Amino acid sequence: MSDKRLAEELFELEQCQSGSGAGLDLSRRGFVQLLGAGLVITVSHGQAGSLGVNFQPGKRGTIGSRLHIGQDGIITVMTGKVEVGQGSRAQITQAAAEELRVSVDRIRLIMADTDLVPDDGTTAGSRTTPSTVPAVRRTAATARQVLTDMACRRWNVSDKDIELQEGTITHKTTKRSVTYGELAKSTDFDKVYEHSDDGNATVTSVSEWQVLGVSVPRPNRRDIVAGAHRFPSDIQRPEMLYGKILRPPGFGASLVSIDISEAKAMKNVVVVHDGDFIGCAASNSFSAAKAVKAISKTATWDVPDQPSGKELFSYLKDHAQIDQGRGGRRGRSSGKSKGSVEYGLKSAKRVLSETYEVAYIQHAPMEPRAAVAQWENGKLTVWTGTQAPNRVQSDLADFFGIDSKLVRVIVPDTGGGFGGKHTGDAAVEAARLARVADKPVSLRWSREEEFTWAYFRPAALIEIQAGLDGNGSLIAWDFKEINAGSSGINSPYEIPNARTRYLRSDPPLRQGSYRCLAATANNFARESFMDELAAIAGTDPLAFRLSHLKDTRLRAVLEAAAKKFRWDKRKGKTPADTGVGLACGTEKDSFVACCAEVSVDRNRGTITVRNVCEAFECGAVQNPDNLRAQVQGCIIMGLGAALREEIRFEKGRILNAGFAGYQVPRFQDVPDIDVVLLDRQDLPSVGGGETPIIGIAPAIANAVFDATGIRIRSMPLSASVLKKAGK
Amino acid sequence: MNDTITLIVNGRKTAVITDPQRPLLDVLREDLKLTGTKYGCGRGQCGACTVLIEGKRSLSCITSVSEASNKEIITIEGLTEGGRMHPVQEAFLEEGAIQCGYCTPGMVLSAVSLLKKIPTPAESEIIEWMNPNLCRCCDYIRIVKAVQRVAKGASEVKSS
Repeated sequence: MSDKRLAEELFELEQCQSGSGAGLDLSRRGFVQLLGAGLVITVSHGQAGSLGVNFQPGKRGTIGSRLHIGQDGIITVMTGKVEVGQGSRAQITQAAAEELRVSVDRIRLIMADTDLVPDDGTTAGSRTTPSTVPAVRRTAATARQVLTDMACRRWNVSDKDIELQEGTITHKTTKRSVTYGELAKSTDFDKVYEHSDDGNATVTSVSEWQVLGVSVPRPNRRDIVAGAHRFPSDIQRPEMLYGKILRPPGFGASLVSIDISEAKAMKNVVVVHDGDFIGCAASNSFSAAKAVKAISKTATWDVPDQPSGKELFSYLKDHAQIDQGRGGRRGRSSGKSKGSVEYGLKSAKRVLSETYEVAYIQHAPMEPRAAVAQWENGKLTVWTGTQAPNRVQSDLADFFGIDSKLVRVIVPDTGGGFGGKHTGDAAVEAARLARVADKPVSLRWSREEEFTWAYFRPAALIEIQAGLDGNGSLIAWDFKEINAGSSGINSPYEIPNARTRYLRSDPPLRQGSYRCLAATANNFARESFMDELAAIAGTDPLAFRLSHLKDTRLRAVLEAAAKKFRWDKRKGKTPADTGVGLACGTEKDSFVACCAEVSVDRNRGTITVRNVCEAFECGAVQNPDNLRAQVQGCIIMGLGAALREEIRFEKGRILNAGFAGYQVPRFQDVPDIDVVLLDRQDLPSVGGGETPIIGIAPAIANAVFDATGIRIRSMPLSASVLKKAGK
Repeated sequence: MNDTITLIVNGRKTAVITDPQRPLLDVLREDLKLTGTKYGCGRGQCGACTVLIEGKRSLSCITSVSEASNKEIITIEGLTEGGRMHPVQEAFLEEGAIQCGYCTPGMVLSAVSLLKKIPTPAESEIIEWMNPNLCRCCDYIRIVKAVQRVAKGASEVKSS
């Protein structure tokens, strides 16, 4: 990752104020094996045999830190990445299987257990594909080479006539063969694990892929569909209690007085009171909640004055830090500058200025934050749903003042992340309760807590001014964004005079990453504004963009989407109150273009999305079905932010902290969707879980304009604007 | 105050001694350790907690355990019979209709109850029936396809 991009991601992660943190222990879990006839049997770890109870992963940088070859031929692969539904489990399994020349059934992937796996960084930034997959492939290819060399030495042959298939190494001329498992029985096999993980072995070229490039399904899908997989909130430990935390009535509140005596008198309830941290643990969550409720009645708090959602944008603008030019943290100028914006605007024939407002939204993963914490002989183990296991590990170590070697964080495959689970809040809370209770504690946030005390995709105020020359081409571009962050802030278009700035402000809500971060806001504003410029120039929106685009990959998705959507046939030919719009963008080295058709009911002020076509390109595609699912998921999730989602708040409280008041997309909201995947086998694979989301909101806004002549410069697209302008 | 409540879950009768006001969801998960049924919102707004009570689709987070006493309850764990998965589960697998999988048990049970009522539903009927179930991964398209796959199988059996 470029330093600059790393800095952007880290900045947006930094926005999460509290660091706190908390997987199924596979060395003690029973493996579920599925036989051909659909019979499900549970095999205890000992019989599965892949990992001994005394298994120790190898040192960082060695093959042993990443792989283990079982004598039964099962290959255990270790990664610090997590599975939150984006398909990393299948993909990393494929990566290892490809290079080891085995089918995916021979791979057991251990994910995100800090005792067992390497630190592969936070699962974020669409980094699994461009970073972790190559690392796994390099190590697996090195192991393949080391094992081959081992066999060749045994047989005293060169590796010229060697064939590898399904974990068997065969010398074709003499027909001698040995399996990986048999080699693993040799007394000096430990040398393999000590070997550096970055040998000279070449990874398989795309044209020869057998396992990568295939739509491999999720390896533990049967567990999921049977309800057998234990998500973080499902983890069971002996003598486990259930915890609940007392929440203040508003952000930034301080406790004035409290009386915990009624709760303390409750049978079998553990009360933890440590300053402003108050929680209860009991034999079931209902009792814990009852105890917390009793305490809550007695508590008085001081909630500081703070801005409400109604004054959000004026507040962000008033507190925007003055741009001090390039560099420096305060009011830092991110984004590219070119030429002279002042000159460009002065020489322009037409100048346009507009402001866009983007509301706070939330990820609302199906599984709220959850953690199970257990202290044993001074060591803390936490199972928790987080995208940042190593960060949570160090947060826990810091919080309790212990060495991180005494903290084990395990992330079982989790019920959704979307950039919203970079922090381990539940992990620290559960660990605090467990320490006092001296028993394992399971803590699961309620939906209301998840909507209030997690964090949000930042709101944004975006001001754009641009100039067109006499030919209707862009001659100046001045883009200023307040609060959301610099992801996706740069324009991909050819503009001789341009300035792009991002200004911090004083956000009233806790904010952090989201699926594609601030690019969701920045691309909405940019692509809506491009459409406004096209209209002024009297040019078709597609032609206007193409005339300013040199980037061949972005052009390719734009043309592909327009072609599949039949843009030329539909633009200007839609019935009344129906319109089409398009948008494109690039982020994280991938490229998206989106066309949408909407119909509008001006009286009701409703926008219905009828048809969406998205073209997406992220280099060589490693798992087509999963990528398609990610693109579809992004489109539908993005509809919510485009049409309905908005966090409303006042006096430090979230007013719509539930699915009734915060309306996320449902079955009935799904339009006809066409996805065109451009498989560029000649380009390195990059991630695809985020970028597809940035095209949908501006495409819809532009389609609404096409249908009604009305510009709605906000996310969500405010229907009331339609109603007012209606008659 | 605790009551003794008889629950019939996946064909097994169990007595629990507990506060009758506790949500059925909690009792299933915490007392019976049947964690397949999920908590999504606690307010009946997302369908993650869907179970069948006397064959009817029910939201266990807003059903008290006393309301469910002496009634046949089917959870996701109860759909597997003799090691074989239910056709709806197989269809979800065949269509790959799983991303994070957290909504999956609720979706499966919702679909099971639909197909009991309407063995070959139209797409619009599937969408309307399944609408109370949320999927934040937004895998709706594949879930509808999974239900259609089962329906198609049923209609083929019917016509053969």
